[in-house]
Amino acid sequence: MTALLHVDSISVSFDGFRAINDLSLTVEPTGLRAIIGPNGAGKTTFMDIVTGKTRPDSGRVLWGEKAQDLVGLSESRIARLGLGRKFQRPTVFEAQTVAENLDLALRNPRQPLRVLFARRTADDRARALAIAEEIGLLPHLHRRAGELSHGQKQWLEIGMLLAQDPRLLLVDEPAAGMTVPEREHTTDLLRRAAETRAVVVVEHDMEFVRRLDCRVTVLHEGRVLAEGSLDHVTSNPDVIDVYLGR
Amino acid sequence: MTTAPSSTLRPRFVIAGNSSVLWALLVLALVTVGATVLAEAGMISTSFVKTLGKTLCLCLAAIAMDVVWGYCGILSLGHMAFFGIGGYAIGQWLMTARTTDIVTQNLAGQPLPPTPREIEQAVASQIFGVVGADDFPWIWAFSHSLALQLLMVVLVPGVLAGLFGWLAFRSRVTGVYLSILTQGMTLALSLWLFQNDSGLRGNNGLSGLQNIPGLDQWGQDRISLLFLWASAGALGAGYVLFAWLTSGRRGSAIRAIRDDEARLRFLGHGVEGLKLLVFTLTAVVTAIAGALYYPQAGIINPGEVAPLASIYLAVWVAIGGRGRLYGAALGAALVSLLSSWFTGGGAPDIPLGFYTIQWTDWWTVLLGLTFVAVTLWAPKGLGGLFDLVPSRKPRQGDWGPDDGAWRREEGQP
Repeated sequence: MTALLHVDSISVSFDGFRAINDLSLTVEPTGLRAIIGPNGAGKTTFMDIVTGKTRPDSGRVLWGEKAQDLVGLSESRIARLGLGRKFQRPTVFEAQTVAENLDLALRNPRQPLRVLFARRTADDRARALAIAEEIGLLPHLHRRAGELSHGQKQWLEIGMLLAQDPRLLLVDEPAAGMTVPEREHTTDLLRRAAETRAVVVVEHDMEFVRRLDCRVTVLHEGRVLAEGSLDHVTSNPDVIDVYLGR
Repeated sequence: MTTAPSSTLRPRFVIAGNSSVLWALLVLALVTVGATVLAEAGMISTSFVKTLGKTLCLCLAAIAMDVVWGYCGILSLGHMAFFGIGGYAIGQWLMTARTTDIVTQNLAGQPLPPTPREIEQAVASQIFGVVGADDFPWIWAFSHSLALQLLMVVLVPGVLAGLFGWLAFRSRVTGVYLSILTQGMTLALSLWLFQNDSGLRGNNGLSGLQNIPGLDQWGQDRISLLFLWASAGALGAGYVLFAWLTSGRRGSAIRAIRDDEARLRFLGHGVEGLKLLVFTLTAVVTAIAGALYYPQAGIINPGEVAPLASIYLAVWVAIGGRGRLYGAALGAALVSLLSSWFTGGGAPDIPLGFYTIQWTDWWTVLLGLTFVAVTLWAPKGLGGLFDLVPSRKPRQGDWGPDDGAWRREEGQP
């Protein structure tokens, strides 16, 4: 099986600080993957580089079967290629309804003129409703996103990711600030999504990663420290040193 | 299982989706017909009809400003530049055609009929004598043709806005920096127009625009009504256009740019392209408003595109309430009418004994204070008054029960 995403020895520094230091990583076309690491390990910078927000000083980010280099493409272009991103803080359009948020994210032609003259089709509606049901927000379609609780906003954002129908979901701390039942729902959502596509979860919280039960990559000081099952990496002395044995 | 209401995400006709459209068109029709009846009955003066017509043009510029600022979040402080360009473009034809008529009449008594070249030179020295030139500058190349100048009304501001927006948006200039750039744009245009060799008569501007060639037999009373109707038609069409633009998925995307354009980018939307479309479209509509305004005002000069004019436009929209079209129109109408009342000596002076408040001087202070007060205490502006109608009473308590939901004070859709 060829890799969906191959990050090839990228490095980036901010004012002399090496946030990412010769990092290489491969993501398979389906399945869950967790990236963990202490604060400042470069997790968010890694996502910024892959999604086009930050340009690496060196290295390549190769995407898909044709190994297209994503470095230098705009955020929207990369998103249209099939990369969806969920932010740490839930970022939904708070002044708009749940239905409008989902509709805006639906995979559709994105050229500005096409968006201007787009009509919402019955198919769009069916897709949006199906996602609303999956994320458990069907009863809240007409509420403004700003009215939702923190957990519901996180789900809405995951729903918007699903609506984009991406091949790779990059999810930043999806469980932050959630109650235990909310975490379970989130875990289910991500597991189901990972059946048909790649899901990369960046997490801080070991307990949540254990629940995901997947391959884990540990980042430290901008490079990969260890990789494998959670039990494997947590028994690695280096990992214990920098991350667990605080 | 809960099912979604059948109206969810269904495409709706723009009028059905936004009840303000019908109300706005109704009020507009009443004002126009009412003013026509009163004018025909001699109960209101021609100059008042012109004031009304001009006000409708300002309303059109204000709803365009509301779309670009209130909906799309681009605080353009240069939109009145496009208004002025529209005025200049139509003014070039008006002056040329009118002067040609007069010159032809004057030369008609000559024993030898004048050649076209003689007529052209006579017209040119009539128009450009004030700036010491006696030939048509290149910029007047199309001024002989109404159709071509009408094309310029939309083409010049369209190209200028497109170019400016393309440069600014693709380098991701946003917020206050973009506002400063737009101020720079309108200031540069104004300074260029002030020069005598710009070809547009320097600080004299274009004048005599109220005389419409070919309609000499009509008289100003009927011409003023013609322009009132044209302005009302343009405002109505503009209102429907912008109500359409801000509805459905396109409206949702435009408001999303205002609220979080980075997020919209990560959804794959071409934010820069959408901004450019909105910026250019509103610029063109503003120019059309200007092309209808200046024949009613009679004169245009470079002062009209000074940076201050665009700031006034933003003030009208803020006082009227941004983010709703009728609010912007209301703000523009009310503030501009009040402004001409105060500055025209309509408001009585207030003697305080030690000092007399003369409104011609103090009106701008009052307007400034109102702007500050609205921004601080009534961000919804005049349009917010419509929320007091019982059926649309705003929510009293918090918006959601849980952590992370909007609290009451945040809940301003």
